[in-house]
Amino acid sequence: MLMRRVIPCLDVDGGRVVKGVRFQGLRDAGDPVERAAVYADQGADELVLLDVSATPEGRGHALATVAAVRRVLPIPLTVGGGVRAVADAAALLEAGADKVGVNTAAVARPGLLGELAERFGCQCTVLALDAARRCGGWEVMVRSGRERAERDAVEWAREATGRGAGEILLTSWDRDGTGEGYDLELIATIAGAVTVPIVASGGARTPEHMAAALGAGADAVLAASILHDGHTTVAELKARLQALGAEVRR
Amino acid sequence: MRTGSANLASVVAALERAGRMPRLVDDAVAVARVERLVLPGVGAFGAVMARLVGLGLVEALTERIAAGRPTLAICLGLQVLASGSDESAGVAGFGVIPGRVTRFPDGVVVPQLGWNRVEADPGCRLLCDGAAYFANSYKLDSAPEGWSVAWSDHGGRFVGALERGAVLACQFHPELSGAWGAALLERWLEASLC
Repeated sequence: MLMRRVIPCLDVDGGRVVKGVRFQGLRDAGDPVERAAVYADQGADELVLLDVSATPEGRGHALATVAAVRRVLPIPLTVGGGVRAVADAAALLEAGADKVGVNTAAVARPGLLGELAERFGCQCTVLALDAARRCGGWEVMVRSGRERAERDAVEWAREATGRGAGEILLTSWDRDGTGEGYDLELIATIAGAVTVPIVASGGARTPEHMAAALGAGADAVLAASILHDGHTTVAELKARLQALGAEVRR
Repeated sequence: MRTGSANLASVVAALERAGRMPRLVDDAVAVARVERLVLPGVGAFGAVMARLVGLGLVEALTERIAAGRPTLAICLGLQVLASGSDESAGVAGFGVIPGRVTRFPDGVVVPQLGWNRVEADPGCRLLCDGAAYFANSYKLDSAPEGWSVAWSDHGGRFVGALERGAVLACQFHPELSGAWGAALLERWLEASLC
């Protein structure tokens, strides 16, 4: 029986952890290597590192950050942001990533997912799906939440997993950074449409929010602000999740 | 070993954290001679077998494992030791482990990505109970004779890991399995022939 995962997420720009609200207004939240080591010690099940650099200089830091995090991290590492081709993914894997997330480039050219899965395996190919509520459904958002892709999120999740994505990092655009709780309907709908694991993201402020996401069909929950602000730890979150009935690794 | 599509960085980092200095090899002489060999595996069964056959490594690897010399096979590294896999029909594996690799059944999340329980049979020297990180869609179902097994369950019981002599074959990733994985790696690094 697979346990439910708690996955801290580091948004990284120019070698520093940053965090915003609804993808905007980024502020500094620490050193990625130090944060990674702290969260691993607290019992994190994996780590996600998203390169949100707005500049080429920031991009240049990303590989060095991945390598530095890898040296201290004894749990899986997913890296996303700016992956446009197999060569970008290969460089991240060589630097120390275990899984690679793609969003914008896969929407623009869905064949990229198949290429990644064929070369590295589907367990290595993560679809980062940013979904915004629109007309009773959800629309795919690209370019770090700045642009509408004019694609239905559920239909895209089905196509992407059919092409080789082995996991979906599902972010609610509407809830990201708000602390209002996950979009549970979005989680349940996507989980019902695909067989691969779903990592829920966007909106968590409390362990109750996380338990609700797991109850709605998520296999894992992503947490950023709730941890970076220092209000709680991974260990406290997992103890609370266990008390709420979720099977977690302790 | 360089197995082609495997992401080696995590394995190298884990060995370095254990105080070792790993060296990457892909030739038969090194495979036969090195004191301890790690066979990592990420990717597809057929692709990895094709690469191992192409490099002429099958004989040297088979001999190492048959002799029980210190060898650690990870994930697909375990699967290629079997006789074949449903993932790549028609491609023969090493066959040092009798048995065929099959896909997880419908009704469970595939790929299996995450932490699962591992329960070691009493005969295990290196393996012990714990939680390990898995990333696989295929698995070995039955215990080969002469090997000690640690079991896991995902829609049915499957082989989480196997050991014989100083050969350790893990379906999970010890290099990504936190402190429990690091301790297992440490025991394998200290393991002698018998």
